Amino acid sequence: MKRNSDRWLDVLGLATLVFIVAGLYMAFVYAQTEVNMGLVYRIFFFHLGSVAAGFFAITLVAIAGLAYLRTNSRAWDRVAEASAEIGIVFCTIALITGSIWAKPIWGVWWTWDPRLTSFLILWLIYIAYLMLRASARDDPRVARFSAVFGIVGFIDVPIVIVSARYWRAISPVLFQENAQGFTFGLTPEMIQTLVVCIIAYLLLFFYLLAQRVRLESLRDEIMAIRRARSAG
Amino acid sequence: MKFLRQVAAIVQKDLAAELRTKENLSAMIVFSLLVLVIFNFAFELQGLDITVVGSGVLWTAFTFSGILGLGRSFAAEKDKGSLEGVLLSPVDRGAVFLGKAISNFLFISVMEAVTLPLFALLNNAAIPWFPLVPYVVLGTVGFAAMGTLLSAVASSTKMREVMLPILLFPVTVPLLMAAVKLTGGALQARDFSEVTNWFSILVAYDAIFLVVAFWVFEYVVEE
Repeated sequence: MKRNSDRWLDVLGLATLVFIVAGLYMAFVYAQTEVNMGLVYRIFFFHLGSVAAGFFAITLVAIAGLAYLRTNSRAWDRVAEASAEIGIVFCTIALITGSIWAKPIWGVWWTWDPRLTSFLILWLIYIAYLMLRASARDDPRVARFSAVFGIVGFIDVPIVIVSARYWRAISPVLFQENAQGFTFGLTPEMIQTLVVCIIAYLLLFFYLLAQRVRLESLRDEIMAIRRARSAG
Repeated sequence: MKFLRQVAAIVQKDLAAELRTKENLSAMIVFSLLVLVIFNFAFELQGLDITVVGSGVLWTAFTFSGILGLGRSFAAEKDKGSLEGVLLSPVDRGAVFLGKAISNFLFISVMEAVTLPLFALLNNAAIPWFPLVPYVVLGTVGFAAMGTLLSAVASSTKMREVMLPILLFPVTVPLLMAAVKLTGGALQARDFSEVTNWFSILVAYDAIFLVVAFWVFEYVVEE
């Protein structure tokens, strides 16, 4: 028998699939090739999509953490954990695609520009978050620890971004193009493609999140049944 | 008034415990001296302009050695089971946090007070006590506040000695950037107007995380 929530999950999965296929088509065929960067610029649709999903994920980690501290409900902790795990995957994809994009355009895999620096530090904060979860797994207070660290990390991110900008303002400028956002003009087709790709990534994030939360609640259910059996 | 008395009592307890053995402080001071020595060999500081690289050397020594003290702050309480005692006493959780943060701040400050003259001596550097000391104090406030909160978190995990730096360093990056820039500005005798941005970041960081840590601390120590 299928649960009602499973049916919703199928609908969400289908919508994700549709948007991913549409996003792939638009990114590779529909959007025109950029004049200066050529074909390689197309990675930017996937790069920005994962950045969006990554930022969304860390926001959700903080919100779920806050909700957990207020309500003490295990459901919120599951959301925070799942969101952090999936978020780090998207952030890693963003870092890697960013590097692949940077190599032909700037000639280097990595540069300490404010956006890259902030994103790397953000990534490290959430790696630390997952390590904290792993190392306190058996402790019943792990949910509270990670909620606290998720909130602290989230508040820290804007401060990191601001300071990385100031840092850059004083140190010598290596890659001027990168300082003021996208220097290439976006055509309407590119913007449409970008929007579809971001929606696709967010849907994918939600789909994975729902699956991950479901997995964790099933695990909890099994644990409860086991405990009841060994007690009885 | 009662709150302040509680804070003072926690500080007094930590200071008394430390002064009895001085284990923690001496370890921190020796370690920071070691960092200075290692930097000297790693980078051949003799040939470099110490006013340029000095701020990085100093803050590496401060943070690396500070983290030793912060790590012991709750680990020692856990091992002796004295944290339960503190939590059972009718003391506000906020007072426990502030007390712990203040004593951590004091320990780190003592280590810094020893490190700074040693740094000047070893590198033939002139130390502009003003405005360097206020900068170091401001940097230490935020580091001690965040460190106290995360030390309480890390001390409850399996790999606590390893967990603390992994948790603390990424979130203190902005503080470190600001402190390094300000210290560098002071060593190079730059005008304050050149580093005002960093000063604001440092003060904002201290204020924000003192409040946040104070507010979430109870969730960390509650059983």
